[in-house]
Amino acid sequence: MIRDTTLGAKLWITAVWAVIGFFILNLLAMIAAVVVSSFATRWLGTWFPLGWTTRWYTSAWEEFQLGDVLTVTFQVVFLVVFLSGLIGVPAAYAMARREFPGKRLVMLLFLLPLLVPPITFGIPLATVLYRAGLAGSMTGVVLANLVPTVPFVVLVMIPFVEQIDQRIEAAARVFGASTFQLFRYVLVPLLLPGILAALLLVLVRTIAMFELTFLTAGPTSQTLVVALYYAVFASGVRSVQSIDAMAVVYMITTLVWLLIALRFVNPTQIVARAKSEHAH
Amino acid sequence: MSTPVSLPASIPLSQRLAARGIDGLTLLVVPAALFILGLFVYPFLYGLWLSFQPKVGGTFANYAKFFADPFLYGTIATTLWLALPVTLLNIVLAVPIALRVRHLRRQRLLTTILVIPITLGTVLVAEGLLNYLGPQGWFSRSLIALGLISKPLALLHNYWGVFISLLLTGFPFTFLLTLSYLSGLDPALEQAAATLGAGSWQRFRHIILPLLLAGLAITFCLSFVQAFSVFPSAVLLGAPAGPTRVISIAAYQAAFEDYDYSMASAIAMIMAVVQLAIVAALLFARGLIYRGATSGGKG
Repeated sequence: MIRDTTLGAKLWITAVWAVIGFFILNLLAMIAAVVVSSFATRWLGTWFPLGWTTRWYTSAWEEFQLGDVLTVTFQVVFLVVFLSGLIGVPAAYAMARREFPGKRLVMLLFLLPLLVPPITFGIPLATVLYRAGLAGSMTGVVLANLVPTVPFVVLVMIPFVEQIDQRIEAAARVFGASTFQLFRYVLVPLLLPGILAALLLVLVRTIAMFELTFLTAGPTSQTLVVALYYAVFASGVRSVQSIDAMAVVYMITTLVWLLIALRFVNPTQIVARAKSEHAH
Repeated sequence: MSTPVSLPASIPLSQRLAARGIDGLTLLVVPAALFILGLFVYPFLYGLWLSFQPKVGGTFANYAKFFADPFLYGTIATTLWLALPVTLLNIVLAVPIALRVRHLRRQRLLTTILVIPITLGTVLVAEGLLNYLGPQGWFSRSLIALGLISKPLALLHNYWGVFISLLLTGFPFTFLLTLSYLSGLDPALEQAAATLGAGSWQRFRHIILPLLLAGLAITFCLSFVQAFSVFPSAVLLGAPAGPTRVISIAAYQAAFEDYDYSMASAIAMIMAVVQLAIVAALLFARGLIYRGATSGGKG
């Protein structure tokens, strides 16, 4: 590393760290404010609440039917994870191993849903799903959420497939393995770290996916993040602490999976997929 | 000598296809491709077609209505007025910070903290900011305690609430992308410049910036497109009827409050076109400014 020892350079470095510090301080304080409020008996006009309680969690659980909402959330999320793996991994394998006419076009097809923001394609998608009678149900929510996750799995998995020595597959073929057997006994075990990383990222993204679920969910197919939006939108109806308690439940649900995911992937991978996309 | 073009007809079709890279394995891409065709491409084309089938009036009635009503066409300017400054600020902050952080050995803690707001998403950030930035919230309270302001800042239900939320979720995204581009640059190039006596500004201006420009252009596009499609925080933290009535709110209202899917599709198409126009303008401008190697790989 090059060392700068001039006064200007030192001031500059201090300023840079001050900005990072200020950003992180505000971020953590914002999260802390939600957590503190969710345990507050009454919090108005003071630095800290007058007393502490856990009753907002029981009231939020009942008011917002969090039991049902969490069940729906995990049903949606696991269906999305399972299906995007099932459709995405074989496609990634084909994309990594075969050169075929129109491959660049297919690659573009997988890039677009990741580059176009969900709200832009979500509105026409929701329209089609409503016309088909699928929106407002779990099926519609799952289908909508799969649109960005299937290409995501494909793009994350391509480099993992490319790392595998082709001779291993050739050997399996020589011994007469069918494509299914090749996947079952050779590829899936070898690709497991990649599949795990891709699917955990899909899981975290789907829990937090607001727009597509919001546009396609009905009253019985809301996920936690959509329920949270409606609660904040209609704030005034419920007490603030109750909504904050729900927000804490949401944060825990998301961050637990994030921590698990970060054991397998680098934080930059969560956004930097875009870089490898453009390398193609 | 036989060329691949004139294969004898006696060779089975499957083998001829295999020679072009199409066999059973290639077909594994079909389900995924069909899925995206059916649920991404088809809805987009359907939306485009639907936007020309207005409830009342001729083919272009929706678009005419959009560009005649300031309540509708004004949303483009409103959204740009939010998305462009936020994206620029994010990039301006991200580059110097990433330049500093790339030398850190323990980047992981910082990157982990920064990935939290991205993971939590805009709805939770909006919910948290409602409390934190409010008149009784810790932010204004701290500034008053420090003697910087005398009465709480009005940061909610206006432009600034949305701006801050976009900064909070957008900056980490921009930063992590920039960092990943920066760590792809060869450090030897910068060291060579330093050996030749270039100061830190000169090294940045003549070595790093030109190499980074391609990455920055893409970072800008991705960050901008995200900021432009702002929705939940514009509703929850902004003034969705006035200063932060962004284009996605107009599209949502057309679809789910007026049940005019044709108009909603038209607005979604306009949204896509504006995004595309800004991205194209930026990439075109980059092409004018800088012509040369677009990446400085480690090789």
